[in-house]
Amino acid sequence: MDLLWQTAVNATYAASYMALIAVGLVMIFGVMGVINFAHGELYMVGAYCVVFLYAQENFPFLLAVAAGLVFVGIVGIVMERTMFRPLRDNPLGGLIASIGFLLILQTLAVLGFGRRMGHVPPATQDKAEIFGAVLTHQRLFVILAAILLLAALWTFLRRSKFGRALRACAQDAEAASLQGISMNQTARIAMFIGAALAGVAGALTAPLVSPTPYIGHSIIVTAFIIIIVGGVGSLEGAVIAAVLYAFVHTFVTTFFDGVIANIVGLALMFAVLVVRPTGLFGARERA
Amino acid sequence: MPAAGAGGAVRRLAWRLRLVFLFAALAALPYLLSYSQQEIAVLLVINVLLVSSYRLLTLTGEWSLGHVVIMGVGAYASALLAKQLGVPVPLSTLLGGGAAAAVAAILSFPLFRMKGFYFLIGSFAAGEIIRLIWKRFTDPFGGPKGLKRIDPFPDIEAGFLSIDFYEPVNYYFLALVVVSASLFVLYRIERSRIGLTFHAIHWQDRLAESVGVDTFRYRTLAFVIASFFAGIAGGLYAHYVGAVNPTRFSVDQMVYVLVWAVVGGTATFHGPILGVVALTVVNEIVLRALGLDTVRPLIYGAILILSVLYLPNGLESLGTRLRARLQHWRGGPAATGSEPA
Repeated sequence: MDLLWQTAVNATYAASYMALIAVGLVMIFGVMGVINFAHGELYMVGAYCVVFLYAQENFPFLLAVAAGLVFVGIVGIVMERTMFRPLRDNPLGGLIASIGFLLILQTLAVLGFGRRMGHVPPATQDKAEIFGAVLTHQRLFVILAAILLLAALWTFLRRSKFGRALRACAQDAEAASLQGISMNQTARIAMFIGAALAGVAGALTAPLVSPTPYIGHSIIVTAFIIIIVGGVGSLEGAVIAAVLYAFVHTFVTTFFDGVIANIVGLALMFAVLVVRPTGLFGARERA
Repeated sequence: MPAAGAGGAVRRLAWRLRLVFLFAALAALPYLLSYSQQEIAVLLVINVLLVSSYRLLTLTGEWSLGHVVIMGVGAYASALLAKQLGVPVPLSTLLGGGAAAAVAAILSFPLFRMKGFYFLIGSFAAGEIIRLIWKRFTDPFGGPKGLKRIDPFPDIEAGFLSIDFYEPVNYYFLALVVVSASLFVLYRIERSRIGLTFHAIHWQDRLAESVGVDTFRYRTLAFVIASFFAGIAGGLYAHYVGAVNPTRFSVDQMVYVLVWAVVGGTATFHGPILGVVALTVVNEIVLRALGLDTVRPLIYGAILILSVLYLPNGLESLGTRLRARLQHWRGGPAATGSEPA
């Protein structure tokens, strides 16, 4: 019973950072219609911001996380301007260009920090106990940050003018531009937010995962599974699917092993693709 | 072709002459290379088959991310058949291709319920599952370390003739023969009625269906044929290198196949071949000579982005463009002002 409860707490932590990553990927896809294969590398860049600023240069942890968020968001804007905007009518081209970008980011990380694991000391050694399950403050911090950021994003998308423009573009880019919404401006904001979410997830989890330049691979696989299960166009679906996947994956890892858990996750995605390609929560048909 | 007349015959003759020159150059090539470059040449020939078989699949408009894993199925199957059951290597390679085709045939049932982006992700998931099975099940797949000491291609000893396939030069010629024969078959398939149907499915799948083409069956057929030849490429690889492991067939390797196909251009048969040859030369010879080992992926990435942005139809379109420009020049000074950007 203790182990079950502890595993549930661990899964909650995994769900929160996975949700941040997947929601970012869905935002980018929703507005630009392009699958950002470099999304895992954006997470990696965020993690290395913390490696550099916090572990090497001794800036406060929170400042390093904030810097990671902004920096990766700017990287996102650069991607939008240089690749996704010229390739807007060519989704396959955008995907392939993002693969090229992924290789560039990986190499830059290797050049800057080497191939080996970056070690990041925890920002705090404290831990909380919740009904017998241990939750380090480091992990608690990730959970709280994820809830806060996702709530802020949700409010932004529902209430602000930009948010409405963003949703309009996601629904029908042509009709939105007829209403005077600037597609370029909207894409830039979406790309900033989407990339920044991946970056902040990497920055927050850096002390917990020991980043390597190649960590993006497992991240993007996870993110793909989540957005397919949740329905490719749906932000809410991505959050729910992140929770679902994190629980399945964490429990299978704990009671069997990690490779089996990966196989189960991929099989779950495959099953969803076969039975209901629009995802469990995606209502809209997207080609 | 009665309409083409004498012009067609001349063109066909020129085409055959060009092929003869090409094969003469390919036969001379290994003797101009160093030992390590010969080894690269062998892998390059194998990769030509891999990327050309991939093109057959893309003819129907579907882009798979599982093609390298399918190649791995051929490699693992051929290696296991030779190692465990003692099947002679040439036969095991053929059976490896058959195994890859069989796996593709089974996978086509779930995969071809999907299209476009979903097919891409679905093929990725299927490939990863196969790869993780290799990784997880040590018996018979050898786990993360894979299979080692795979039987090599048997030496040929026939009187005065003795060929040792440990020598890269000899394996190069073996691979060249197998790959040329495979390319010939792939080319004929593309030019046949079946190949034309693949094109029709790509550009007008609803229309093709409405005239009675079973698109599911043709997509499956393209997938199975492409996978067979990928499996052959896998067998050639396994018995040359002597070892296979799950990492060798990871999505990173798939990215390279994608890059070759896209940079070369998938519109023509020779486009992807041009892509793999050009990029391998740049990668292995130019960058290696400059000692830029660490930054190689970066340069690969930059080439990929630039070619998608500025050469959307691939390297092969470069020739067409140059020719157009030359003709433009010959057209006289009056036309120079209207050069399209």
